[in-house]
Parts: sequence; structure tokens; C-alpha cells
Amino acid sequence: MAKVLVVTSGKGGVGKTTSTAALGAALAQMGEKVVVVDFDVGLRNLDLVLGAERRVVFDLINVVQGVAKLTQALIRDKRLENLWLLPASQTRDKDALTDEGVGSIIADLRTRFDWILCDSPAGIERGATLAMRYADEAVIVTNPEVSSVRDSDRIIGMLDSKTVKAEKGLRVEKHVLITRYDPVRASRGEMLSIDDILEILATPLLGIIPESQDVLLASNVGSPVTLNNAASAPARAYVDAARRLMGETVDMVVPVERKGLMNRLLGRRAA
Amino acid sequence: MDAIAKPSHQLVRMRGRSYVAFVFAPVVPIAGWLEEIDATLNRSPGFFVGKPVVLDLSAVDLSQSAIAHLIASLEQRNIRILGIEGVDEARLTTSMPPLLTGGRPCVLIQNEPKKPEAKPKPNSLVHDSPVRSGQSIVFTEGDVTVLGSVGSGAEIVAGGSIHIYGTLRGRAMAGVNGNSAARIYCQKIEAELLAIDGYYQTAEDIDASLRNRPAQAWLEGDIMKITALN
Repeated sequence: MAKVLVVTSGKGGVGKTTSTAALGAALAQMGEKVVVVDFDVGLRNLDLVLGAERRVVFDLINVVQGVAKLTQALIRDKRLENLWLLPASQTRDKDALTDEGVGSIIADLRTRFDWILCDSPAGIERGATLAMRYADEAVIVTNPEVSSVRDSDRIIGMLDSKTVKAEKGLRVEKHVLITRYDPVRASRGEMLSIDDILEILATPLLGIIPESQDVLLASNVGSPVTLNNAASAPARAYVDAARRLMGETVDMVVPVERKGLMNRLLGRRAA
Repeated sequence: MDAIAKPSHQLVRMRGRSYVAFVFAPVVPIAGWLEEIDATLNRSPGFFVGKPVVLDLSAVDLSQSAIAHLIASLEQRNIRILGIEGVDEARLTTSMPPLLTGGRPCVLIQNEPKKPEAKPKPNSLVHDSPVRSGQSIVFTEGDVTVLGSVGSGAEIVAGGSIHIYGTLRGRAMAGVNGNSAARIYCQKIEAELLAIDGYYQTAEDIDASLRNRPAQAWLEGDIMKITALN
């Protein structure tokens, strides 16, 4: 049974696109057939993070409007043969998306893939509501700070009311993914703690992704962080999260950077 | 002296009962009138099934054979005639339905499902999931109970009191219809705003020592009091 999973947050810049790419790649590495769909029409980024920006011919809007077939718009990843991308249009805006069009594309994708990961745009408008509209599950990406948590709370409310599943009286399964978490700063009280976030959101935790240079590094070379440096702390955290999505029970630990002996000995440079 | 008559057994009991019947009043031309019946049946087949039908022939002047033909035509359409009125008895044969007189017009009662009786409106509302940021629960008829937290940026508006079994981080407005006896209760107070009957306090006014504790708010005259519950 195909699963439609929306990666959403309300707030921008918290790591939705990074998380979509990383989770998609991790699931594909586990042998699942995965498509990542960019719903950020007009501000597309997922193609860049996946390093597929030079291979985009047709996009989501072309398929919605019947200009291109779904198979023409799907781009297969060069590194993972199980991973596909359905890019957004950069020249249009969210008004080009229609409920029926999105519904028929999702229905079509359900017949071809195990996982359909929808990368939601920020905000609570048309793009975001259509990205979550047909979801079975949702990953709510949250940073450990109050504005992000409040926006996530708002999005959870919408997942419980505006999705097809919710309208049928069913529940969209929701998971919180905390990104850009810095254990050192959290221990000093400079960030919201994990417990605070979960208490406010009252939603189960999918994973904790530590703040890391590797994330930016991977984005810049056009590779999901789980592929670019599989040993890095965020990559391991994303793989754990993907395994939890697959139903495995994985202990919740905050992966930390593995520092070499020299790093530990020469960790701080004197001024 | 013992001439008391025994009550005789009545073997056949007669009872009167009245029924409501459809009255068909054919007009000339009969063929055109039958077409209209067919149109009705096309729209809702089985419309006349099991319903008593009386034929009123006062508007037309039909011979005995024409009446027989009309009854047969209706029977083909599964419409059985219970009786005939508005015609001279001599025109009817014994095999035809009997002549009826003394019918009174009445309003046909359609077999519509009866509307459920209006229940008295409930005077409390229970919300058994967290109230998320941006959500607004408005219930001016009475009390609101929330099983869960009320998120920052969410609001509860109640005509009566507000009970929150969770943390109140948003706004709670009780007694909005001028009920100054309304109160607000919560398991943990981190509210942005509390209001009762228009008197309000914002987060800044709420005593910091109350934060994160179970609390209740009520009105004493025009002063809002907020105290810890334990």
C-alpha cells in the first residue's frame, strides 16, 4: 500500500526540503520505491537539493494542466534508482494548482510508488493546504524555538481539519521531526527542550536532527545529507527517522559529531 | 321475573373505518391523460403501489365500455381502482369497482420521515483533543470543557465557564453574554489573555508566581481574581 506523506511546518526555513530529500533518500536506500514531490510552485528548491536542477523538463503544473504526462515529468535520481523527483514549476505560482489536478496526480503516483513524499511550501495558503490535502501521514518539521513550535501547532490543527482523511473522520498520522537541534545550547537553556516541544505539540516524536555543517554542505553539492556523508550525525539521525517511518523501533538518541582524537585534544583554539 | 334477555352472541362484528384515497379525475382526451400518468410513473415508479385509488368520472361522460377500458388501462399500469364516483350507477357492471358517494376532500399526507423532535440544546460543549494555534472554539450557549491543551494563538469563547484539562497557553474568554458568574479553570496557566464578561487580564498582568500551576479565574465585582487551585 502506497503511503502519502507530507513534510510540512508552517514556518519557512526550518528544513522541510532538506528533510524531504534526506528521508526520501533514506527510504530509497532501504529498498522502497520513493517519489519526492515539490509543492513549492514558484520557489522550487527540491531539485537543487537533489542535484537534479539541470534535468528538469516538465513539472507538476504541466502535469496538472495536462500538458505533459506524469512519466515525462518524473526524474530518476542518478545515485539511487529507487528515488524519483516530481519537480515544481518555477515560473508559475500556487494558484496554478487545483484540488482535482493534485488529487489525480497523487492517485496516479499511488499506483507506481511505495512512498509519496510531498514537500510542502511554507505558510498556510493554497500550496501548503494542497500539499497536505491527500496525505496519509505527516512529518511536522520544527526548530527548537517558540515561533516555529507555534506555527507547527497551527499546521497540526489544519492536518486535523483540512485533509481528505480528516474530512472522512479518519486521522492523519502525525510525527514531529525536530531539526537544527543543538544539545549544548539546549542544555544551557538557550533553546526549547525536546520535552517542552513535545508537551506543546502533543504529537509523537519521529527524530531529532542535530544542527550541523554537513546539512548545508550537502545542499550545496546537490545531494541529500543521507547520501553525501552517511556517517555524519544528521545523516544517521535521518536514517533512524526513516526506519521509524517504516515501523521499526529505534532508540531515540541525539547523534553527535564523532570527533577524532586530534579534534578532542585540539578542540579549542586560543585567541 | 326472570325474563332477562341473555346477551346474544354477535357472530359478525361490524366496524367502521375511514381511509384516505387518491382521487383520479380523468379529463378528455383520456389518451392524453393516461400519458400524464405514465410520465408520473416514469419519474417515480411505484408511486401508486399499495395506495388506494378512487376514480372520479364527474368531469367526463364515458360509456360502460369506455369505463371498462379505462379501468383495464390503469390495471396495466399496476393501479388498482378501489371505487368509482361521479357516475350513474347504471353504467357500472358488477365486475367493476363499486360506486362510492359522500367522499370528503382532505389534504394528502405524504409518508415523509418524521422530523426528530427538537432536543433541548445542550448547555455545555466538550472538546476532547488539543486546541491548536489558530483554532477558535466559540460556544455562547454555555460551558466549554477542553480535554487537552489550548495552544498559543488559539482561543476559547464561552457563554458560561471554561474548563481546561491541560495547559492554557492561548486566550480564554468566559461569560461573553454578560455572565459575570462564569469562571475559567485550567490545569496549568500560561494564558495570553483571560476574560470574564468583558473584564480581561493579559499575560503581563497575571502574577508570575501562578505560572505553570493549576489556577482559576473569577470576577469579584469588576476585579478579576486569579488564584492557584492547590
